[in-house]
Amino acid sequence: MTGLEALSAASALDLLAFSPPGWGAVLLAGLANSVVIALGAYALGFGIGIGGAFGKLYGGPILKDLLAVYTTIVRAVPELVLILILFYAFTGLLNEALLSWGYDRVQISPIITGIVVLGVVQGAYQTEVLRGGILAVPAGQIEAARAMGMPSVVVARRIILPLMTANALPGLANLWLNATKDTALLAVIGFSELTKATYQASATTKAFFVFYPAAMLLYLGISLTSTLLIGRIEKWARRGQRDVRG
Amino acid sequence: MPERGISGLSQPIAIRVSGLRKSFGPLEVLKGVSLTAREGDVVAIIGGSGSGKSTMLRCINFLETPSGGEIEIAGEKMLMKADGHAADKRQLEKARQSLGMVFQNFNLWTHKTVLENLIEVPVHVLKVPKDEAITRARALLKRVGLAEKEDAFPAFMSGGQQQRAAIARALCMNPKAMLFDEPTSALDPELVGEVLQVIKGLADEGRTMILVTHEMRFAREVSSHVIYLHNGVIEEEGPPEQLFGAPKSERLKQFLKTVG
Repeated sequence: MTGLEALSAASALDLLAFSPPGWGAVLLAGLANSVVIALGAYALGFGIGIGGAFGKLYGGPILKDLLAVYTTIVRAVPELVLILILFYAFTGLLNEALLSWGYDRVQISPIITGIVVLGVVQGAYQTEVLRGGILAVPAGQIEAARAMGMPSVVVARRIILPLMTANALPGLANLWLNATKDTALLAVIGFSELTKATYQASATTKAFFVFYPAAMLLYLGISLTSTLLIGRIEKWARRGQRDVRG
Repeated sequence: MPERGISGLSQPIAIRVSGLRKSFGPLEVLKGVSLTAREGDVVAIIGGSGSGKSTMLRCINFLETPSGGEIEIAGEKMLMKADGHAADKRQLEKARQSLGMVFQNFNLWTHKTVLENLIEVPVHVLKVPKDEAITRARALLKRVGLAEKEDAFPAFMSGGQQQRAAIARALCMNPKAMLFDEPTSALDPELVGEVLQVIKGLADEGRTMILVTHEMRFAREVSSHVIYLHNGVIEEEGPPEQLFGAPKSERLKQFLKTVG
């Protein structure tokens, strides 16, 4: 009996076992990578988004134009293409810069690359969602703060941000779920996240109908956990608001 | 009730507005209006819709950007750029902190409880110790009859309660003067009284206030000086007995008849 026949004879559970020849540990490592990248990219995207949203609303003309170019291009181009461009541009430009400053080339950790690449994509979408959230804050709420002599930065932090959060959360929640799934696109640059790990496991064992459904369940798990958490955050963010459903 | 206005001539000037102009695009809504409020004065600004009375009040703390003129708060001339914007951010913030503003639509922060609304600026801007701010806030809430409501969110209170809380929020900063922008216009008729009573209490204790209002009887009762605005100019001004008792201008006579 060849090794392959032995594997195909093994039950699905054996294939998913944590120790070799099971692939469970590989899949979970891929899942962990996916989650870390999604979290990192989302956080980076949120930072860019907050800055971008305030910049688009209150910035000078040059900043506004730059941000418009950024959000337009990023949102117009398919994410897969952007990931390929940014991946090669990011690592290429960085290394060229390093060489020109007289340093050696570096191998950037794929996790960092993934976070930066997806974060830049997230940032463009979050800029727009957060800008909408800010615009939906009633003018009187901001006026009251300004009338009491609150400095602009404090108004942004203590009044606009919390009020905006409630408005922006549904959109932000969508983007978070997108972020978790977009990690799968990193498979094309050879990064071992959940989809790539699943592909490797299936390709080696030919047990496609074991590993892809398993991956699906893992993605579903992330999504369900997220939805639960988001529900709680939304309840907190809507504190003080009356339920419009009556 | 102390006699105000006349005996107060020796008092220092709290707010002085001179030659104030304001245009919205081609529309000039204030055509050079002036006002002086000494400490303890209650100045009422009355006038029809579109007369510019709210705009005049909102220019004092630069919620509207003046197109021309001068504004002086507590003896300090507000520095203005050529376009009318405040030139010195710190000066503007300090001036605003000394002016408690009360809005027509209350504008309590909806994500904060009543108590949090009151202590927000004292704690996070004026750096008053939190315990101290809470003690003062509770005393003020008791004063406006909302001691029981400190943990309530504004959306769950009546308009009258919200406006009383907004007045307490303004008072919590220990302002030198209060600015009221039609404080009862958004209220149901039966809730107007409770808010006017609070404002009257403040007038009686000698607080400096500028009050834009539609409540003529109230303006007559609490003010030391009344300004009647029409089409962006001061048509007539003087002590309330004179303005309401023996108006000189035809327009004011007509106005008083309609709002009667």
